[in-house]
Amino acid sequence: MKGYRKYYTKKIIWFLITLVAAVILNFILPRLMPNDPVNAMVGRVAQGVSDPDVIRQLYEEYQREFGLDRPVIEQFFIYIGNLLRGELGKSFTQRRPVADILATAIPWSVGLQLPAILTGWIIGNLLGALAAYIRKAFDKTLMPLMLFIGGIPAFGMAVILLSVFSLNLGWFPPSLGYDQSLIPAFNWNFIASIIRHYHLPFWSIVLISIGGQSLGMRSMSIYELNADYVKYSRYMGIKDGKIVRYVFRNAMLPQVTGLALSIGTMIGGALVAELIFSYPGLGSTLWRAISGGDYPLISAVTLIITLMVLVTVFLLDIIYGLIDPRVKASQYE
Amino acid sequence: MKSQLRSIVRSGKFMTGFVIFVSILLLTIIYPLINPGDPMARIGYDSFRTRPGTYVSLYDTLDGVNTFTFRIPGANDIRISNKLREDDRERIKYWLVEYGKQEEVAGLTEEEIDIEDTVALLGLWWEFYSDEVFVRNLTNAERNAFMRLDVRLDRLFDIDDLQVYTLNPETGEHDILFTEVSTDDYINVSDVANIIRLPLGTDNFGSDVLKKLVLATATSLWIGLVAGTVATLIGLTLGLLGGYVGGIVDDIIMFFTNLFTVIPGFVLLILISYGMSQMERGATTVAVVIGLTSWVWTTRSVRSQVMSLRNRDHVNLSKLSGHSMPKIIIKDILPYIASYVVMAFILQISSGILAEAGLSMLGLGPSTTSTATLGMMLDWSIMKSTAFIHGAWWAYYPVIVVILLISFSLNLMNTGMDQVFNPQLRD
Repeated sequence: MKGYRKYYTKKIIWFLITLVAAVILNFILPRLMPNDPVNAMVGRVAQGVSDPDVIRQLYEEYQREFGLDRPVIEQFFIYIGNLLRGELGKSFTQRRPVADILATAIPWSVGLQLPAILTGWIIGNLLGALAAYIRKAFDKTLMPLMLFIGGIPAFGMAVILLSVFSLNLGWFPPSLGYDQSLIPAFNWNFIASIIRHYHLPFWSIVLISIGGQSLGMRSMSIYELNADYVKYSRYMGIKDGKIVRYVFRNAMLPQVTGLALSIGTMIGGALVAELIFSYPGLGSTLWRAISGGDYPLISAVTLIITLMVLVTVFLLDIIYGLIDPRVKASQYE
Repeated sequence: MKSQLRSIVRSGKFMTGFVIFVSILLLTIIYPLINPGDPMARIGYDSFRTRPGTYVSLYDTLDGVNTFTFRIPGANDIRISNKLREDDRERIKYWLVEYGKQEEVAGLTEEEIDIEDTVALLGLWWEFYSDEVFVRNLTNAERNAFMRLDVRLDRLFDIDDLQVYTLNPETGEHDILFTEVSTDDYINVSDVANIIRLPLGTDNFGSDVLKKLVLATATSLWIGLVAGTVATLIGLTLGLLGGYVGGIVDDIIMFFTNLFTVIPGFVLLILISYGMSQMERGATTVAVVIGLTSWVWTTRSVRSQVMSLRNRDHVNLSKLSGHSMPKIIIKDILPYIASYVVMAFILQISSGILAEAGLSMLGLGPSTTSTATLGMMLDWSIMKSTAFIHGAWWAYYPVIVVILLISFSLNLMNTGMDQVFNPQLRD
């Protein structure tokens, strides 16, 4: 158990460090910039107001509301205190607490991205391993195809799927998460509508991750297949199926790390894909916040995205610890 | 080095990618030369209604252009079927199907009516339609609409000769310009003074999409180049420092590298871009910011390469000979990692271009009216206007295709090089 404990303590400490760093960055980056958000918000609210006194009053009011008239260190602790109490402020554009808006958006995003990225990862790894094992024509056709698909940005794939399967063929609805004429309820009609709207965003994310993951898995598997232990096992007359299983498992490990390292980019890309479909998740929320100059909402969304990425990476690290034989072996020491 | 270069050139993947990339690059240089003019200029006033095609000045065709007579048998049929609009065809079919259901007429069912066949469709209409026929399933408004349609369909056949008049300002009377414009009159397009060729139509601003696309491609390539250079320079410096110097310097560098590996660069990009005021967010600034948030991978790979090189014999020999650190790095280490750096740089260009596009779609891209980027074009056509609803595929599809080609070609080049430098991956 000692090995596990050491591994996990390290991972937990690292998770906490990144968490603190992320919160600090989220707090400090916009404040470091020359254009302070309060100015931008006043500019937006005071459009058409020419009286400088009114503008100054607005400015001071907002400054007080955000506590910006106090020293930065004090602001930071107020910010942390609010975060801990789950108070993320109030959205300007939607006149609702930011926490409420996030609570409605997060399930959509997680429900879309988690299954999509996982499906893409699994299919991609299978295809990559197959390509490395079979090679020949399968590899020759699959590899350039995957290189092409993997290079497509998520929003590009979203636009392609949308225009082909929705605008031209009319198989799926082009936007939103469910039919707006339906009242959200737990009945068959509503669920069917959700599923219909789910397809296109889902497949656009899946296809992209298949592209990226299969290429990585292919290289990994080829490295492993050329390794000495494979040759040795072949000489020993061990069955091909068994060797392939070992190769697959060895090639898998770096793929788990790879997923952990690329999850941030993938989620970022998927957010923009959500946008194309006006899917009611975090991507669309972020877009609305940015176009409305809604600073509290923007900073909450970026924080929540970072948090999602950090938690995913942490979970992957934990899974990695469970399946990596080296961590497992160290517990018997 | 030479033999490696030769095998890169011989690699099919690399060369395919290289050719695609260079063609795109050349296009952005050559096209503005053969088709000069301001790509951002507003030339059209009908927004998404100007589909791709060649536009001929109507005025010029009537005024002072030689007419020629051609007698072509099917010309009138083509004319009529062109005049019969798609939605009218649908409505004719709708009436016929409803009528067929009511009177149980054979041949009037959904499947049997072909709306593309103009002659057959109009034949059926005139056979069955009359304003006295009462179709039960139709509302009164629909019945009236069908009466109007019938009148309009009759008018389709008014293909008599036209007369063209000009208004004489002195007398206030209409003078005949052409006695008649017959259906057999043709003009030679090269005689017409004003012709606008819009291979990709116009966008919501009324700008020539192709011209703008070329400009946007050039700007986006520039953004990719700047972002890639910034990221590679930072990554290379940090990687060399961490890998070669080691110790506390390495620890600090690795701490930040690990930190920014998990904190998504995308989020940092959003936070920084939002903090910048609109005036400051030019294309180059955005590119630099993208570069500042994407150095992590280069740092990691350069560092691990340098770590393995640091204790090689030739480096130790250099150290013993008393060479300075910069000299050792330049002479004994850089040549070994050059291939990795170039490969990372290629990928950085591609991801920089994609990052700009994503950022622009979120509304945080370059904010400028003097130039366009691929991301800004997508943003305007998809997020800020209604190209989807108008079916204006030409406003966004070509942009996506260019993005795909750029990223595909760069990825191909990268894979090709990878196979040369990592012999195990070769086929």
